[in-house]
Amino acid sequence: MGAKRTDFIATVIINLIVAAVVGILIFLLAYILIAGLPHVSWSFLTGTTDAFSGAGGIGVQLFNSFYLLVLTMLISIPISLGAGIYLAEYAKDNWRTSLIRSAIEVLSSLPSVVVGLFGFLLFVVKFKIGFSVISGAIALTFFNLPLLTRNIEESLSAVPRNQREAGLSLGLSKWKTEIGIILPVALPGIVTGIVLSAGRVFGEAAALIYTAGQSAPVTNFADWNPMDAASPLNPFRPAETLAVHIWKVNTEGLASNASQLSAAASAVLIIAVLLFNLGARVLGNFLYRRVTASK
Amino acid sequence: MEQTNFQLKKQDAQSHEWDVRLHRATRATREDWLGRGISYLCIGVIILVVASMLWFITSKGIATFTQNHVSLWKFLSGTNWAPDQGNIGALPMIVGSFAVTFAAAIVATPFAVGTAIFMTEISPNKGRKVLQPVIELLVGIPSVVYGFIGLAVVVPFMRHLVGGSGFGIISATFVLFVMVLPTITTMTVDSLRAVPRHYKEASLALGATRWQTVSRVILRSATPGILTAVIFGMARAFGEALAVQMVIGNAAIMPKNLISPASTLTSQLTTGIGDTIDGTLPNNALWSLALILLLMSLFFNALVRFIAKRGQLKNGR
Repeated sequence: MGAKRTDFIATVIINLIVAAVVGILIFLLAYILIAGLPHVSWSFLTGTTDAFSGAGGIGVQLFNSFYLLVLTMLISIPISLGAGIYLAEYAKDNWRTSLIRSAIEVLSSLPSVVVGLFGFLLFVVKFKIGFSVISGAIALTFFNLPLLTRNIEESLSAVPRNQREAGLSLGLSKWKTEIGIILPVALPGIVTGIVLSAGRVFGEAAALIYTAGQSAPVTNFADWNPMDAASPLNPFRPAETLAVHIWKVNTEGLASNASQLSAAASAVLIIAVLLFNLGARVLGNFLYRRVTASK
Repeated sequence: MEQTNFQLKKQDAQSHEWDVRLHRATRATREDWLGRGISYLCIGVIILVVASMLWFITSKGIATFTQNHVSLWKFLSGTNWAPDQGNIGALPMIVGSFAVTFAAAIVATPFAVGTAIFMTEISPNKGRKVLQPVIELLVGIPSVVYGFIGLAVVVPFMRHLVGGSGFGIISATFVLFVMVLPTITTMTVDSLRAVPRHYKEASLALGATRWQTVSRVILRSATPGILTAVIFGMARAFGEALAVQMVIGNAAIMPKNLISPASTLTSQLTTGIGDTIDGTLPNNALWSLALILLLMSLFFNALVRFIAKRGQLKNGR
């Protein structure tokens, strides 16, 4: 009977552990939403921040987060697509490839604060660009590249071999086969990966503190010329994102309602990330159905 | 005579043209060159980024020892961190970083393994429908939000429970525990799923209970995978900056206990690097901390590889 009893006890303990894990998540989400949502209003979402105390709305930060996200994706998708195609199609199984793979692994395991410091050293100290959107976007690209590359490579390699052979036997070049036949089939997986990584980039702060900076100068939202200093699209202005804002309000903020402010900002951030996760799933399924013509 | 010569010449020219055409690359080949070029260029960019990152941070990090002539041993074993006065003992941060990393891994591993066993052995259905999304959501929550909740919930709770300020290693451990939990769980699930089905069937057929099967067969054969998972979790904990920085208190002193303010390599870096001037000792010292972070990250990477290799050998035999 001893063994059965131990089995029972172990099962109970494991169930308790699982309940605790689920409980932690429910607590986290409930806490943020309950503490934060009451303070989220239209004026909070679009208002400007008081530069000294950090109180006020998060309009500029929200825009900065999306702008940085778009720029980061514009830079990192083409590069990781090329690198993914290289690894899936052209790379031979030799020491050079394994060196490249380890380099990518190293890049993906580097702490994001180290990536951010490298960006700071390169763009702010060496190139003297200063805290700017473009420095932040490139730092985020460094942080994003290895994951995206691996995701694209896996999606491409998962496409059955015979599709490749079919393309080649029709006299298409390897490149045409990859772009015209393999890529569309792998697209659902790639898009899911891209949207998930967008969620990660959206919430990243450590890599941005010293690259995109910690100030959000009020911009003129009527001016869409990227070359103007006051334009929101100007890539050389400092741009505090929502995630950095939460950090800043909590660590150095002088606002009397810092806790409410960051709860509200966290709620917005969490909802955005949840939407990205949900979007990845829905979009991936939708594309999968379109491409494979299955119900 | 002349005419034949002319004909010959014409024939020659024709065959020469064919020769050129046949040896010229086709459109497909040229496309392939282009594609090859593009993809080589992209992978080259990534390699360049990695190489320059390693190079820049290393050269900055060793400046403390080559330019400021601080001895390496003094840096690693000194307990006094006051860069403005020229004292750069990094031991408090090193101890802090290792303390939170190990503590978080020790707390998180039982939870992660338990959850993984539930997902693979006890209720795969609920595992897929409930726990998979739960884990994905936990991964998705940004680290500043973890930091904020740590600051708003864990720190006051600890203050209430044990007194003091509430900032310290134990608060950081709580926050990191939740942050590394999904990493360790996901990878443990993968390694449990990779255990051959017939191992489990053989054990159950011998009359072993489910727990006996799990603890003596499945966990045993998945051990290398679980170790890898824990190391990945530790690497994440070691490199996490903001969430830790928000709850640990950032006092660069040797941690005497778990409930007094301490600091880690990452927290010192995030607080300090903006306030120091490039090229000075305080700045170089911070870059040396970054170098330690980099080296530890490489070390965790190598450790994972080593375990993977050992695991392979065992299975191959």
